[in-house]
Amino acid sequence: MQCSPGSQSVLDAGGFERLLALLRSDGFVLVGPIARDGAIQLSAITGIEDLPRGVGDEQSPGRYRLRPREDDALFGWAVPSQPWKKQFLPSRLDLVHIRRKGSALEVEPAAAEANPIAIIGARPCEVAAMRVQDGVLRDGPHPDSDYAARREAAFVLAVNCGTPSGTCFCVSMDTGPRAKAGFDLAATELMEPNHRFLIEVGSDAGARVLERVAATPATDGDIAAAADLVAGAAQKMGRALDNKGLTERLLGNLEHPRWDDVAERCVGCGNCTLACPTCFCTNVEDSSNLGGDVATRTRTWDSCFALDFAYIHGGSVRPTLRARYRQWLTHKLATWVEQFGTSGCVGCGRCITWCPVGIDLTVEAGAVGEARG
Amino acid sequence: MGRARLAVWKFASCDGCQLSLLDCEDELLDIAGAVDIVHFLEASSHVEPGPYDLSIVEGSVTTPKDAARIQHVREVSKAVVTIGACATAGGIQALRNFADHAEMMRAVYANPQYIETLATSTPIAAHIPVDFELRGCPIDKGQLLQVIGAFLLGRKPPIRSHSTCMECKARGNVCVTVAHGTPCLGPVTHAGCGALCPTYHRGCYGCFGPSDAARPAALVRDLLERGVERPELYRLLSNFNAAAEPFRTEAERHDGQD
Repeated sequence: MQCSPGSQSVLDAGGFERLLALLRSDGFVLVGPIARDGAIQLSAITGIEDLPRGVGDEQSPGRYRLRPREDDALFGWAVPSQPWKKQFLPSRLDLVHIRRKGSALEVEPAAAEANPIAIIGARPCEVAAMRVQDGVLRDGPHPDSDYAARREAAFVLAVNCGTPSGTCFCVSMDTGPRAKAGFDLAATELMEPNHRFLIEVGSDAGARVLERVAATPATDGDIAAAADLVAGAAQKMGRALDNKGLTERLLGNLEHPRWDDVAERCVGCGNCTLACPTCFCTNVEDSSNLGGDVATRTRTWDSCFALDFAYIHGGSVRPTLRARYRQWLTHKLATWVEQFGTSGCVGCGRCITWCPVGIDLTVEAGAVGEARG
Repeated sequence: MGRARLAVWKFASCDGCQLSLLDCEDELLDIAGAVDIVHFLEASSHVEPGPYDLSIVEGSVTTPKDAARIQHVREVSKAVVTIGACATAGGIQALRNFADHAEMMRAVYANPQYIETLATSTPIAAHIPVDFELRGCPIDKGQLLQVIGAFLLGRKPPIRSHSTCMECKARGNVCVTVAHGTPCLGPVTHAGCGALCPTYHRGCYGCFGPSDAARPAALVRDLLERGVERPELYRLLSNFNAAAEPFRTEAERHDGQD
């Protein structure tokens, strides 16, 4: 059938498998969800058999558990443990090697990644996060060429969400549970009466792939069932964030006692920033071999929770956890808007689930500015 | 300057950290090519006198004799780098610092009258100025090579002092505390091991000591809520870096409690 951006068709499980096989034959490395070590994780996959069949998740502040589902859904969980981040912004990347040749220096850019990836099953909040990252790392005045190249080469197959967790709040951030943009294809997994996927085309690249899979046109019933699923998901948000006047409330209360309160509970480990799909901070470090004739400049993930992150001559400008937590929260939810035109938060809930002491961003943001009671 | 002269010294320790230097099999020729190792008893009985450009010190100070010897090491060394939990925090043997030393000796030795030892095990930096402390039990050999290389070039070693969680997340590990309920010191432990234990689904033992901004009290409060018993918390914080603050203060809050 003819496909174009906006058109909707249906694939059964076999059709979905054919879609994945086609992407592989087109040269993409498939990266998708798998169940391993007690969590939904992102991994290279070969096909539908690697996906987490019949597995759901339970997430609450500082707690994550897998649970069996009563059906054979492949995308019957909320969001994986890791964000879609290192696929475009690797946790460690050599930028350049410099060799001493006599009195000259030979500069050799580090090699780029070989195969483009196809993202299988990113949630709408995660697709929104990619677009936030694009704004920071690609579309600004200083584009990151490595990020841009990886992003340009990638194929995005989103999967709309029917199963939010206890820490989800995409509805508050207007990023889900249905993907509106930023994908090549967006699937909605339907289980009744038979296992199938409603596929929405989001780009010409998506249309070209789908045309080769022999999808059938979607019926009104398929479209209604998919709409019901995401409407149901929107009613099942585990959390909510009150965005009204949030920027003013946070920035107008930089000395609020809640910052002291949260700093007393925070461990300062940085997990929230590393689990976050939009936190983009990196460090650049230089290393050298013992002979002193080869130097390597490496970019690594960093975190504003690290004490030396804001180290300048004489010390850290944010020496207290209160200052570091406040910096993170106010940047994520308030100054990000001014800086990049969107919120830095997409409501995926990872910073809440994967905080080892269960600090809840929605609660903290709500409490700052409240009168002490 | 000519080739740097390197010395390796052992104090109270298990030798594991200086073994890391010998363990640099692929890099040993590079090391030998970059420095003259002129004092390294574990590798060679051939010893040349000081002064030395760089002294690498393993172990803690536990005897009067060693307390004097470390002064000598400082006098004959341009730079001193201490390696490992013993040298940087007193090691597991610092558990004696919080016990009755005489009673411990009676329990361990048949003839304690022959033992001449201090009542405490203390890090090298408690005795002499130290130029750099490399953490770990044992240290990471890659970090050791970076420290030596940075010293030779006269720059700061690229060693970060943030939490182990940052290495764990960079590896893509699933958090053992959040997903499995396993007590883990990673959030308060100095990075450097590459999150070795959590990678194999074990909680972090804190081998690299406290991170630069460690707040064990906040972590322990959460672990208590998760059902971890106080004696277990005491043991968790009383390992290879038992004497390092703020691990020690937090451990004491749970000593003898149930």
